[in-house]
Amino acid sequence: MRISRMGAIVGGIALATTVALAGCSTGGGSDSGASGYITANGSEPQNPLIPTNTNEVGGGKILDAIFAGLVYYEADGTPVNDLAESITSDDQQTYTIKIKSGEKFSNGEEVTSDSFINAWKDGALLSNERLNSYFFEDIEGFSYDEDSDLTGLKKVDDQTFTVTLKSKLADFPLRLGYSAFYPLPTEAFDSDGKVTKAFGENPIGNGPYKLDGGKKAWQHDVQIDLATNKTYTGGRKADNTGLTIKFYATLDAAYQDLLGGNLDVLDALPESAFSTFKSDLGDRAINTPGAVFQSFTIPSDLTNYTDQSAFAHFVGDEGKLRRQAISYAIDRDTITDKIFDGTRTPAEDFTSPTIAGFKKDIPGSEVLKYDPDKAAELWAQADAISPWSGSFSIAYNTDGGHKAWVDAVCNNLNNNLKGMDCSGKAYPTFAQARTLISKNDAGKRDITTAFRSGWQADYPGLFNFLGPLYATNASSNDGDYSNPEFDKLIQEGSASADTDAANAKFQQAEEILFQDLPAIPLWYQNTVGGYGENVENVKVDWHSVPIYYQITKK
Amino acid sequence: MVFYVIRRILQAIPVLIGTTFLIYFLVFAMPGNPVQALFGDKTPNPALLAELEKQYHLNEPFIVQYLYYLRDVVTGNFGVSFSGQSVNDVLARTFPVTARLALMAVVIEMVVGVTIGLVAGLRKGKLFDLSSLVISLLFLSVPIFVICFIGQFFLGFKLGWFRTTVGADASIPNLILPAIVLASSLVAINIRLTRGSVIETLNNDFVRTAYSKGLSRRRVIPVHVLRNSLIPVTTQLGADFGILLVGATVTEGIFNVPGVGNTLYQAIIRGERPTVVSFVTVMVLLYLVVNIIIDLIYAVLDPRIRYVK
Repeated sequence: MRISRMGAIVGGIALATTVALAGCSTGGGSDSGASGYITANGSEPQNPLIPTNTNEVGGGKILDAIFAGLVYYEADGTPVNDLAESITSDDQQTYTIKIKSGEKFSNGEEVTSDSFINAWKDGALLSNERLNSYFFEDIEGFSYDEDSDLTGLKKVDDQTFTVTLKSKLADFPLRLGYSAFYPLPTEAFDSDGKVTKAFGENPIGNGPYKLDGGKKAWQHDVQIDLATNKTYTGGRKADNTGLTIKFYATLDAAYQDLLGGNLDVLDALPESAFSTFKSDLGDRAINTPGAVFQSFTIPSDLTNYTDQSAFAHFVGDEGKLRRQAISYAIDRDTITDKIFDGTRTPAEDFTSPTIAGFKKDIPGSEVLKYDPDKAAELWAQADAISPWSGSFSIAYNTDGGHKAWVDAVCNNLNNNLKGMDCSGKAYPTFAQARTLISKNDAGKRDITTAFRSGWQADYPGLFNFLGPLYATNASSNDGDYSNPEFDKLIQEGSASADTDAANAKFQQAEEILFQDLPAIPLWYQNTVGGYGENVENVKVDWHSVPIYYQITKK
Repeated sequence: MVFYVIRRILQAIPVLIGTTFLIYFLVFAMPGNPVQALFGDKTPNPALLAELEKQYHLNEPFIVQYLYYLRDVVTGNFGVSFSGQSVNDVLARTFPVTARLALMAVVIEMVVGVTIGLVAGLRKGKLFDLSSLVISLLFLSVPIFVICFIGQFFLGFKLGWFRTTVGADASIPNLILPAIVLASSLVAINIRLTRGSVIETLNNDFVRTAYSKGLSRRRVIPVHVLRNSLIPVTTQLGADFGILLVGATVTEGIFNVPGVGNTLYQAIIRGERPTVVSFVTVMVLLYLVVNIIIDLIYAVLDPRIRYVK
């Protein structure tokens, strides 16, 4: 059968044209936001923009711009009342919260105590599967096992409500600046009182910015345009007309845009730019310690580990000596300088220097100084208890750029500790490493090596770096560390009304950690980035996010 | 002809089902629990984890998960990504962008590659021929991401002729640089293919006959030589389409083009089965369609080719 040649040509052209035209009609969109907007880097939010369901940086920085909570944090982490008129408590267990009157969402609805209570109750309910539900775990009525009402929340009047906690928590007001505690307008809820995904696609907030033009503002995988919200009256009032957050899949592209003048503010760098960004950007480069603590964990209590023999040398007095020897054997200064080009800061404690209450030279912190002789000595003492055998590995995920430092740490250990035989254990994805570390269905942890660990602060308080990680049975205590003395100090600190007194307790608790070393502190991840020639007043806050509302165009 | 097309389409069905099964299995076999990774370094509560696994059917055995997926696909629903977006929407948003980029690359590849190849073939052994061979060797041996970075740095940043990245406005002018980069290695292949084919055709009897009949060079070269030389080039075009889709993943990442490659890469990292499988399925579908069309174009180029049942 012979086909008409002309027919095939015409058909082919028609097909090609259709595809091309289809492309044109759906493409387009505005270019880099409205003029005068500050452009900043970001990433496509991994979830609809519901405050209680956003736990990653990409969505978090948008939520912080479009919502205002009871308190906000200044650049150094100091909490300042935003919507709250007052947060008071006599016993650190029942808090009375008064809201400023006349505060409005950008759609004109007034912010009342119901705006908070309904949002929090939705966030805490098990069947709603909110990723941030653990923020409500201290409130009375919270349950992980079944749907249960937050009975600890009681409305007094439109401007007042009370929160009753399960136990005393002095730093509860400090936590209230985290996005999980933002209020929501009635429009967010469906008839069953559940926050809808549709709202998450087009959120209406009460913060310094609002979505510019509603639904159109968020171009998925591309960018989100935020205009200044005129109804916001708090302390974070924007000095610019708006903000465009551009989503980048790779930081290389974002860095090129910064250099090319297509991006005003960049709060992260591709590894390829670590060695050059200071000369590329001059005084427009940003490099300061951030609230990200990095370490590796050697399990403490082996009961929950499938293969206990792997850690047999790390229990009891022998384990204590070996952990300290390992810590002394790591040359943090050289590694942060050579491998990270100074974009990490050697650790001095278990928290972060950007957090109020951070203290240098806590007794015991000398284990973080590089001292090969001391390391060898302690290692020999441990060998006297039970000679070292076998090998040592540190697990890491290869999709996160960890290989270089793990290899360097292992070199340190192999050079300074007799017979160590340390190597990295690579897992291709973060998910795989995480799955092995977390308890399986039988309640056991399958990992057989030490593993990379870390913590990024949710709110600027020492407790946040200590309680969830090292308290007995705490949610992220993956090494199953348990020390009654530590638990007691943490509890006393939590119950203490006076911040300084509380921080003193937490610092004492850190002294215990320096003895036991449930995790070996390595370094703090710096906030690295830079800004363009057309903007000024660029500062990054305590948790590494630029303070967008202060940035102005030249 | 009609029977031929119908038969080819029917053949495509098992290929498609096989592909979805294979890809679904590969993503399933990826170690680790994707829901766990949603929580970063923080350990999620087991009850919450179980709820989430139930929502994405992650607690079911492989074959059940696959059947759930097939049921959705048959009803025209490609599922929901972790971010709660319908994969259909994501497909509709990203495919036009990548299609535009790929089409532009194909046009550049064909026009530049065939022109240079033809001239090089006609001037075999001359300076132009030799330099085109050296240049094509260069483009063939340098990986595409290196070409991307070089193009981005010199043409985008240093000279300022193009924008360094594409971003929101994926219009044709903004896509020129990524398209050139994407086309570069294929141009090199096409130069060599066309050149070789032209030289071979020139030695054929029918070319000598044409000249001896008194036809002018302006008639012989385009009609007799070029058209016969294009058959291997056209075959290559089908294979190129696959290379273009793969290359787009790298190119789109570097130039921040909101297309298929970019989204697919993110979805693989996050272990989002519905997104990965759906994207790959649509890519396979496109690949099949393009190759059926190319098989039909053969007949246009060479009347001796017939399609039988």
